[in-house]
Amino acid sequence: MADRAFQVARLPGFNTIAIMVFVMLYLPIGLLVLFSFNAGPSVAIWEGFSLQWYPKAWGNEQVRDATIRSLIIASSAALISTTLATMAALGTTRRKRSPGQTMIYVMINQPLMVPEIVTAVALLIFFASIKVATGYQGLGYLIAAHSAFCIPFAYLPIRARLEGMDLTLETAAADLYATPWQTFRHVTLPLLMPGIIAGMMLAFITSLDDVVISLFVKSAGQETLPTYMLGQIRRNITVEVNAISTLLLGLTVIMLTVFFLLTRKQD
Amino acid sequence: MKRLLSTAALLLASTSFAFAEGELQLFNWGDYTNPELLKKFEDETGIKVTLTDYDSNDTALAKVEAGGGGYDLVVPSANYVQIYVTKGLIQELDLSRLPNHANIAPEWMEVPWDPGRHYTVPWQWGSVGMAVNSDAFSGDINTSAIFLDPPEELVGKVNVHPEMNDVLSLALMYVGGEACTEDTEMLKKARDKLLEAKPKWQSMDYGMTTKLATNDVMASSYWNGAVFRARLQNDKVQFGYPKEGFPLWMDSVALLSDATNVDEAYQFLNFIMEPENAALISAFARYANGISGSDPFMPEDMSDAPEILIPQEFKAAGKFLPTCSAKAQEYYTAIWTELLK
Amino acid sequence: MATVKPKPAAKTERSTWLLTAPALVLLTVAATGPLFIMLIYSFLEPGQYGNVVWKFSTKAWFNVILQRDIFDGTLTWADAHLTILWRSVKLAMTTTVFAVLVGFPTAWFIATRTPRMRLFMLFLITIPFWTNLLIRTFAINQIIRNEGVLNSFLLWIGVIDAPIQIIYSDFAVFLGMTYVYLPLMVLPLYAAIDRFDMRLLEAAYDLYANRWQALRRVVLPIVKPGLIAGSILVFIPALGAYVTPRILGGGRNMMIGNFIDLQFGQGRNWPLGAALSVILLIFVTSMLILYVRFVNRSTDNG
Repeated sequence: MADRAFQVARLPGFNTIAIMVFVMLYLPIGLLVLFSFNAGPSVAIWEGFSLQWYPKAWGNEQVRDATIRSLIIASSAALISTTLATMAALGTTRRKRSPGQTMIYVMINQPLMVPEIVTAVALLIFFASIKVATGYQGLGYLIAAHSAFCIPFAYLPIRARLEGMDLTLETAAADLYATPWQTFRHVTLPLLMPGIIAGMMLAFITSLDDVVISLFVKSAGQETLPTYMLGQIRRNITVEVNAISTLLLGLTVIMLTVFFLLTRKQD
Repeated sequence: MKRLLSTAALLLASTSFAFAEGELQLFNWGDYTNPELLKKFEDETGIKVTLTDYDSNDTALAKVEAGGGGYDLVVPSANYVQIYVTKGLIQELDLSRLPNHANIAPEWMEVPWDPGRHYTVPWQWGSVGMAVNSDAFSGDINTSAIFLDPPEELVGKVNVHPEMNDVLSLALMYVGGEACTEDTEMLKKARDKLLEAKPKWQSMDYGMTTKLATNDVMASSYWNGAVFRARLQNDKVQFGYPKEGFPLWMDSVALLSDATNVDEAYQFLNFIMEPENAALISAFARYANGISGSDPFMPEDMSDAPEILIPQEFKAAGKFLPTCSAKAQEYYTAIWTELLK
Repeated sequence: MATVKPKPAAKTERSTWLLTAPALVLLTVAATGPLFIMLIYSFLEPGQYGNVVWKFSTKAWFNVILQRDIFDGTLTWADAHLTILWRSVKLAMTTTVFAVLVGFPTAWFIATRTPRMRLFMLFLITIPFWTNLLIRTFAINQIIRNEGVLNSFLLWIGVIDAPIQIIYSDFAVFLGMTYVYLPLMVLPLYAAIDRFDMRLLEAAYDLYANRWQALRRVVLPIVKPGLIAGSILVFIPALGAYVTPRILGGGRNMMIGNFIDLQFGQGRNWPLGAALSVILLIFVTSMLILYVRFVNRSTDNG
């Protein structure tokens, strides 16, 4: 069955394009990894192999803390925004179109629609007054801001999945006296999973890449990796940054491998 | 004097008993603070410095003004110091608590933005000039004509760094005016010059240390320290000081009015005015500091670097950018918009 | 396709609000709500050193549409704003088209693998985006610059005699933008294609549909939600982009993103920046609504 579907699903040229896309995606990344082993101080002129930048990057406390902080923020934001977006998608999809629906749709997508700097300045002013009033300066502000602007990134793929999803199974479950929660847990959620995974991944990388909003919202000592790297826009991109990026890539590869070993056991 | 000595003794005492756990929040430009400097300070005083970065004077000012950030020290550029003072965002320093204040080089003591240095302590200073690859052009590089009237060899190969204040000030000085002028004749001339030159530019981008080093860009307006770093990788890269006038800048450390770790901040301010420590600052970002006696501690390659030491004949052409009036700023933005639209 | 079982309207309405409330609350607190500050700011006077002065003024709104020449004082249309906006719209549109052209085949390819491979490939698509945008863009620059990997390779195999100028061209910008925004297109498309029952396609072929007909009649309606989501996710953020165009395109012309940035930074005109972003918000919102309506209508009828 799988084989046949595969045959039928073949569209001319698609495989070629897809493989080229993967190659293109990894070509710059390969170069970036290569230069992280550069003996010289340049990200463009190769001066021989060396591992010197790794201890340097890891020994820089600011870099290390920023990396860990970014990962914490991105994971929290991805989890929160995906949960809220899943609920919102369930609440707005497969229903009659109404002005209320359109309004909600626009509101959920609003963070996409203004340049980051505008949201950033608005949040700066709003959060600063809360910071002064409450004295709380923790990571909560960054997580809240990131979760908010990640919502549309999680919402749209989930909605795309949900829209027009076959309802027969859900109806059947309901006919068999499953409670709405049981129906959701055992029927809807598994069907929705690819959308949720796609949404969560998008939310994660969006949060991990955010510069401007983080810059304006962060309090003292809340450097994130992108705001740390921002300094290098004007000055000089150093190999240290390549080393950090390579370490992060390495981390994802390890996570992937572990994931695959685990799922293989299940098979 | 007696008071000064006793304070020094007290400070000395406090440094030897370096167990007093303290912390300090430094708000500084990104990629600008030597981690070794912070480590040394922590080893000597037991005070843990946390560094947080910003990317522009405007971002820093907006954040400090909004409040609640929890920062103790900030490092504004010369033309922003008076804004901080006027808005009451930084506090006057108690100089008696800074014995090393005397180490500030005489020429950096009576500065227009902070006469007598009652608010700020020098961090680093530098200039904006012309980086030119000698393979591409061998003529006179000590002129803004490199980007405003590019010689034949450089047409289509010049980069201009997209900093409104630097670029407009260079253009104004080139046509015979002054930075932040409200003289419409001069502004008009500068605008026309820029509009005429723009088609001959290759790009308006940052990141020139790498691009100059790899020959991707043959000439660019840029900061001296960054060009110095490029020259260390590619000896064809030279730095010119426009004789028509070029901007000087200095970033200085100031104590915020709402700072919570004031004692620690004073210790840090005093610490960075120690010549040896000032040299550590310079060794990282590759700009000069303003502390006399730091030269012997500087990295060898910096002591005679033409990018760092301004030749005598061009010294007078270097001008600190003043704080522009609202009107001048409006002119600047309008011209900049027309140039880049 | 199955239709929604008719439910009492009031109940549906209530569950909609209940389910969306948490998201809306968070958005109100940490995104949309604070934007009202910007609406207020657009009616104030700019402060001398940034920020605002609390004095009512419509100058910012006036300046969005009209400008007074700084030299002779004549009033003209502020055509610079339109030029800049149009440049950004064009870039965002081209990026979206490019992203669909390469994103759709990629998503299709992924969705037709075995389930384990699918997940693996999804990760493969997103992993490059664990590195910072700036660093990624700079790496692309390393490849396409005149003495970069691509030109060196082409010279080496003898296809060209002299390096071809790719960097600082429109093509370089489109290439870079497509690269940067690709996952935003591929992931929603994947989510939509993945639930597609390949037997439908089989049935279409059995009925002697050619590939094009099958694509249009069978595949397109089903991937449509993914296409809408992907286009929105690429188009709108691309509208505000300026780092990638600057590094790969040379940055000699402003995008709407850095123009608004300028007002909040060195330009020290927060009210104008605020007014411009309110306009942008209205513009994008109406485009979004029109787009969704248009797509729904055209396929409902088709």
